[in-house]
Amino acid sequence: MTGVVGALVEAWDELRIHKLRVLLALIGVACAVTAITGVTAAIAMMQQAYAEQNERQNGRSVTVTFDAWPMTENPEGDPATLDAQYTSALERYGIEYASRSRSVMVDARFPDGTRSVTAQAVDAEYSTLRRVVPVDGRWFTEADEQAYAPTLVVNEAFLRTLGVRDLSTHPTVEVGGGAPVTATIVGVTADDWTDVPPTAFVLYDQYQHWLAGATSTGADFGMMMNQPAPSLLVWVPPGEHRALQEQIRRDVKASMPGWDVQSWDNDYDQGAIDGAARWVGLGVGGFALLLGGLGLVNIALVTVRYRIREIGIRRSFGATSSRVFFGVMLESVVATVVAGLVGVVVAVAIVKNIPVERVFGGGIQDMPPFPFSAALVGMAAATAVGALAGLIPATFAVRVRVIDAIRY
Amino acid sequence: MSLLELTDVTRSVRLPDDTVLHILRGVTLAVDAGEHVAIVGRSGTGKSTLLNILGLLDAPTTGAYLLEGTPVQKLSNRTRTVRRGRDFGFVFQQFNLLPGRTALENVTAPLLYARGRQFWGRTRLAAQMLERVGLGDRLDTMPEKLSGGEQQRVAIARALVRGPRVILADEPTGALDVETGGEVMDLLDEIASQTGAALVTITHDLAVAARAERQYRLTEGALVPITLDTASHWVGDVPTQVADRSAAVERRLLPTGEADEPLQEVPA
Repeated sequence: MTGVVGALVEAWDELRIHKLRVLLALIGVACAVTAITGVTAAIAMMQQAYAEQNERQNGRSVTVTFDAWPMTENPEGDPATLDAQYTSALERYGIEYASRSRSVMVDARFPDGTRSVTAQAVDAEYSTLRRVVPVDGRWFTEADEQAYAPTLVVNEAFLRTLGVRDLSTHPTVEVGGGAPVTATIVGVTADDWTDVPPTAFVLYDQYQHWLAGATSTGADFGMMMNQPAPSLLVWVPPGEHRALQEQIRRDVKASMPGWDVQSWDNDYDQGAIDGAARWVGLGVGGFALLLGGLGLVNIALVTVRYRIREIGIRRSFGATSSRVFFGVMLESVVATVVAGLVGVVVAVAIVKNIPVERVFGGGIQDMPPFPFSAALVGMAAATAVGALAGLIPATFAVRVRVIDAIRY
Repeated sequence: MSLLELTDVTRSVRLPDDTVLHILRGVTLAVDAGEHVAIVGRSGTGKSTLLNILGLLDAPTTGAYLLEGTPVQKLSNRTRTVRRGRDFGFVFQQFNLLPGRTALENVTAPLLYARGRQFWGRTRLAAQMLERVGLGDRLDTMPEKLSGGEQQRVAIARALVRGPRVILADEPTGALDVETGGEVMDLLDEIASQTGAALVTITHDLAVAARAERQYRLTEGALVPITLDTASHWVGDVPTQVADRSAAVERRLLPTGEADEPLQEVPA
């Protein structure tokens, strides 16, 4: 008991008295742990930002897209039948997130005249599938599907063209060709790039009800591609998607004679990027730790040489070899553990204060949790480095003869 | 049974050129509890080696060393270390105070290796010991802020704080002026006699050696008893094997400070 307490007291005294040396050692190790933990966290955020960016473009992982075309002059069934088949399949396989999607052109009356804008006719779940988050207002709700007038979620360019600053005035816009209807703008999404033209989202059912027959240009991209029905986007769990995709495709095709049903998914390999990022992180962290560890060993060795006389004097007091060894080791380990903690705290502070939008070119919707595993790895590495750095001087300290040490 | 008993002890080391250097040759010495023994001799005659062997910092090459009747060669390294801390107090010429630590922390340091009450009450014990050596008002003073005499008093307090059975003083006045050295030796003598500890002093200073009850001279590794009067005159010299001091030949030594020079014998 007294031995352990004595060793701890001794180690603490050493740290207290050699503050500058300890501080120098701490800085190196703390930087290394900060690097390991911070880089790991930053990589996790980068991967998440990349994944979310990817999901905004291509849908969640794994999103399966179904498209159907009539293959004969008089196929059985129509888009409404197809829609019903899709709905039936989704229910059968318990799929929660799915959305119809169709790119269309819609005439919108702006103060400077009528323009055809690109619109995406979707279901409410589309925002989940594509991570669409309005910067102002809101996304569609189920209530909007029952509304007596169409609702729109537009981009900022649309709002600017309309001469409106924000949604505080509950702006509306007349859309449609021959018989225009007044649509209420309920949400605004960020422009994807500068000088982007006005675009809008509209609920698919509302589009069908209010606008499908009213487009002046008739510019329905799907129709132009002889695709009478919208695409169906389905978010399915990774791993099951191949089988599920094939099953749904086969089911729908079987119930729609004369139609061809195609499907594809966005499950392409991103492992190379993830793997590279991980190796970069490990490399940076490992190198930082190596530098920190070398600095620590260097300082520890110099210190022990400097302290040999002191160690000799202590041994004349009755400090056993094991006590001296343990003391020097403990001193090193205590220092590095403290340094590790400081490093983790600094890493947390940095990670929590990263200007995410500026660094990653867009916000991160699902911020990955702070990588505590990385913090633990950093701490463990710091402790190991401390033990290793202490081992060399401790061995050195024990091997010096007491009388030589006192006269050193 | 003596407290310390060396019988025909030798200490040799092998030099890099493979020759053997005999530092101590057949040293026989017995020290009883409460006794004050002084050892004089020129530099390089093996005084410190003898002190290190006595203090369990070094081991004899041959011969027997009994510590309270126990052969130290049979003790494990750990036991030797523990007994060194418990039974011996060292006072060095250069004080060897731990840098960066106050007087109190220096005196506390040996108690970190003690057990029980000594360990848990270390600060109080250290303060009491500093009080005893007249430094009760300098507890928190750093060694470099103390005079040489005060530093040696801190070192004495540190050597005595665990209540050793033997105080081994290696040139305790070597770095002090005559007056301060005298004060330090007064203190050592006083505390040693109060605590009943044996005091073995290695010194160049014949006046310091003369304070001891017995004096020895180390010459080329051999220990011979001598007799010094209070005027620091060497009055006797016989080999240790010959216990009869009356056969001594009177010689005269140089004054302190020139003792590194060859000893000049003065005819009676």
